[in-house]
Amino acid sequence: MAGSIYKKPILFAIVVTFTVLSGSIVMMLLPMMSDSMHPKLSTLKPYTPLQLAGRDVYQENGCFYCHTQTVRPLKAEVMRYGEYSKAGEFAYDQPFLWGSRRIGPDIAREGGKYNDDWHYKHFNDPRAMFADSNMPAYGWLKDYTLDPQGMEKRMKALSFPCTPADLQALAGKTKLDALVAYMQTLGSAVPRKAEAAMIAQGEKNPLAGNADAISDGRKLFETNCSACHGINAKGGIGPNLENNEWLHARSDETFFSIIANGTTAGQELEGGKKTKGGMPSWHETLDKKKIWSLVSYIRSLKGK
Amino acid sequence: MADDSVYEWRAVKGFCLSGLFWGAVSVLIGLFISIQMWKPELNIGPFLTFGRLRAVHTNGLAFGFAVAEIFALSYYMVQRLTRRRLLFPKLAVVQLYIFNAAILVAALSLLAGFTKSKEYAELEWPLSIGVVILWVMFAVNIFGTIIKRKEEQMYITLWYLIATVIGVAVVYIVNNLSIPVSLTKSYSIYAGVNDANVEWWYGHNAVGFVFTTPILAMFYYFLPKSTGLPIFSHRLSIVAFWSLVFAYLWTGAHHLVYTPLPDWIQTVGIAFTMFLIAPSWGSVVNGYYTMGGNWDKMKSNYLTKFFIIGITFYGLQTLQGPTQGLRVVSQLVHYTDWVIGHVHMGTMGWVAMTVGASMYYVIPRIYDTEIYSIKLADTHFWLVLIGQLIFSISMWILGIQQGSMWKAISPDTGSLTYTFMEQVTANYPYWKVRTLGGAIFTVGLCVFAFNIVMTIVQAKKNQASAAAAGGR
Ligand code: HEC
Ligand code: HEC
Ligand code: HEM
Ligand code: HEM
Repeated sequence: MAGSIYKKPILFAIVVTFTVLSGSIVMMLLPMMSDSMHPKLSTLKPYTPLQLAGRDVYQENGCFYCHTQTVRPLKAEVMRYGEYSKAGEFAYDQPFLWGSRRIGPDIAREGGKYNDDWHYKHFNDPRAMFADSNMPAYGWLKDYTLDPQGMEKRMKALSFPCTPADLQALAGKTKLDALVAYMQTLGSAVPRKAEAAMIAQGEKNPLAGNADAISDGRKLFETNCSACHGINAKGGIGPNLENNEWLHARSDETFFSIIANGTTAGQELEGGKKTKGGMPSWHETLDKKKIWSLVSYIRSLKGK
Repeated sequence: MADDSVYEWRAVKGFCLSGLFWGAVSVLIGLFISIQMWKPELNIGPFLTFGRLRAVHTNGLAFGFAVAEIFALSYYMVQRLTRRRLLFPKLAVVQLYIFNAAILVAALSLLAGFTKSKEYAELEWPLSIGVVILWVMFAVNIFGTIIKRKEEQMYITLWYLIATVIGVAVVYIVNNLSIPVSLTKSYSIYAGVNDANVEWWYGHNAVGFVFTTPILAMFYYFLPKSTGLPIFSHRLSIVAFWSLVFAYLWTGAHHLVYTPLPDWIQTVGIAFTMFLIAPSWGSVVNGYYTMGGNWDKMKSNYLTKFFIIGITFYGLQTLQGPTQGLRVVSQLVHYTDWVIGHVHMGTMGWVAMTVGASMYYVIPRIYDTEIYSIKLADTHFWLVLIGQLIFSISMWILGIQQGSMWKAISPDTGSLTYTFMEQVTANYPYWKVRTLGGAIFTVGLCVFAFNIVMTIVQAKKNQASAAAAGGR
């Protein structure tokens, strides 16, 4: 018996097929049949035509070969990128775009991290913002306008709701606009992580006016902040911090918390100022001393 | 000696050379994208950006190179092992033409951005259907010829070929199912977590049934053929074969460690991943013991070292792979260049080495001549070996550096030690070394291609002069 199957090719092929199917059924088919593989967060919304168009652009250009879209539940990773990814966040993702390489950072929590201007500037020329970035430039995407009819078909194929108004909103929009809109949806079904309070109420800058701290602060500013606030803080995507009367009138604590926690649109800050959003949070990458050094540096610019 | 009257060699020749051509093109693209990593100005949108060229590199090598050589060498081995002509010789020739047309269209479509964007399943749906048709043609010829064989017993090689035909068919069809929107665009029928699970069930077995089982089929055939030594243990072959074919399909989840995929799937996947060491090493041990007391053949027979070093890298690969699957290791190396080092030890060290040696064995026999130059074959061997080692080792070091920098938290302040950009900046020296390794490998491959082409040229010359001497 033992040797006979090696003389019967058809029997052999049947046995191989069952052998191959065993693992496939247990690991792939049965899970597919169970609800646990199809979870959906109640806060999750299907893509709008503009966002889906952006997702298609993301696929077309193989962004996922450099960027992942899953934050793993590991301490450093949650600190770097934000809340870890939940199974229920991906119910509308056909295909999933988790990726397998991080040549660039994870962007599962990209939505709302920066404002649109930042993304346009970055896609246009990543190296103008980070000299050492190896991300390709994608400014040429603005030469391609979207095709509303084509998008309607795509929305239908995925059974996503799509009103005529949604489609009208595509008029005159380019692939670059769509990509930026997609970036802003990433991770939006999960609330942003609560910000950690790093300083006590009313705490004063212990390094105020300290010359070493000012020079450390300048260096930190050049590597982390100039891309948005401009060289010497003269303004760009973010406001001018040099002749910023509102800012320089603020307490150390408010100053610190803007840098540590960033801003989202519509917060009310000390002195009644409404935020527009787009200032990233820094408490995970910069420790207390570094943030105080930055405060000292920016304060030293006043009236220059 | 070439037995043209008994055997069908046109398709074998055609697929050998097609694979060589697409392999060379794809490796050059690999070299180019490795330069783009440290010279991003070379990204010229839209067509020549990294995100598009990378897919051409991987698909070109998996489908254009590996699958072409699998077709070629399977058709050679199956005829020898069944002692009969391919059952449908014309079908094989038609398959050759369709294949080359499909690969050309596939490369252009990926450059144009038509992609399903699931790794190794990027080709849009019309091309996926083309792949299925080509595979059916292959299956018909392989099964047909085996069923009508003139040698009762099926040798180990045929087991692996049958498993390849079935395995690829199952995983490819299931993972490529999609909802077409137009000729150039479709969406996966699966969503989210489930899509991820299907994709990596497929992805791992694309490696299993394209870069492993057919290559083992070649190894079991050409090692004994070129050394004249019979395979050490038939029983070991049986155990290794069945356990490999069984276990491979359980392990895909090791690509998704720490993702939102349900924990039990990850855990079972990792357990079977550990088990895979056994059947993999079954073949490695079988190979080593086949050499028995005849290790002098490493020197005296120029092909032996290709096979033995190839199976050694397979052995290292199948120890490294399971290690990577473990949670503690995955959390460090997943998403890093470490995996790229793993990939290229397997592809450049095991696949390209074994396939190359098999072609050296086959080409002179089907063209009825001797190899053009053994010296060049030795040069080829050393260049691809050194190139691959530089590539893999630099990527392993870099991968560990990346993983460590990502997770470093400074103990006194509790914040992350490095920004993402600081980690990117630290990549550049290693990425340049990788390009150097790749360049050496590419030179080796050119030597190989030259040697093969000259062997054929020499055969044509010999035939011409033999014909002239015959007075015809
Ligand atoms: C060659 C690899 C590569 C490709 C391809 C690539 N990127 Fe990047 N990306 C990077 C790197 C490296 C960074 C970090 C440096 C920087 O911000 O430029 C980055 C940064 C980003 C950021 C900022 C992330 C953050 O939170 O700071 C976004 C958003 C982004 N990329 C989107 C994209 C999109 C969309 C595409 C496709 C159109 C793309 N990338 C293609 C490598 C790549
Ligand atoms: C991605 C771009 C970006 C980066 C990088 C950035 N900022 Fe900002 N920043 C902004 C934007 C946009 C605002 C306005 C926020 C708002 O109105 O909600 C802002 C606001 C501020 C403010 C409050 C000023 C005001 O008038 O509202 C301070 C202070 C500040 N940033 C400091 C920094 C420091 C220090 C760094 C470096 C550690 C930094 N920023 C990095 C975009 C950025
Ligand atoms: C000159 C030789 C080669 C060079 C320079 C090269 C370069 C590269 C580069 C730069 C990448 C992208 C890595 C990344 O994402 O960070 C890559 C990926 C890949 N290459 Fe190559 N390569 C070469 C040869 C080969 C060969 C011979 C094969 C197969 C037979 C191969 C198969 C692959 C595969 C499968 C991937 C995808 C890896 C993944 O997704 O993890 N390469 N290669
Ligand atoms: C016992 C055998 C093997 C096991 C268990 C194994 C395991 C693994 C694991 C765990 C990964 C994922 C790493 C990560 O992303 O963190 C991986 C990636 C990979 N392995 Fe292996 N490996 C094995 C053999 C091979 C062989 C022989 C090859 C042949 C070339 C190979 C080619 C690849 C490729 C191409 C990838 C990259 C997939 C991608 O992300 O695109 N592996 N392997």
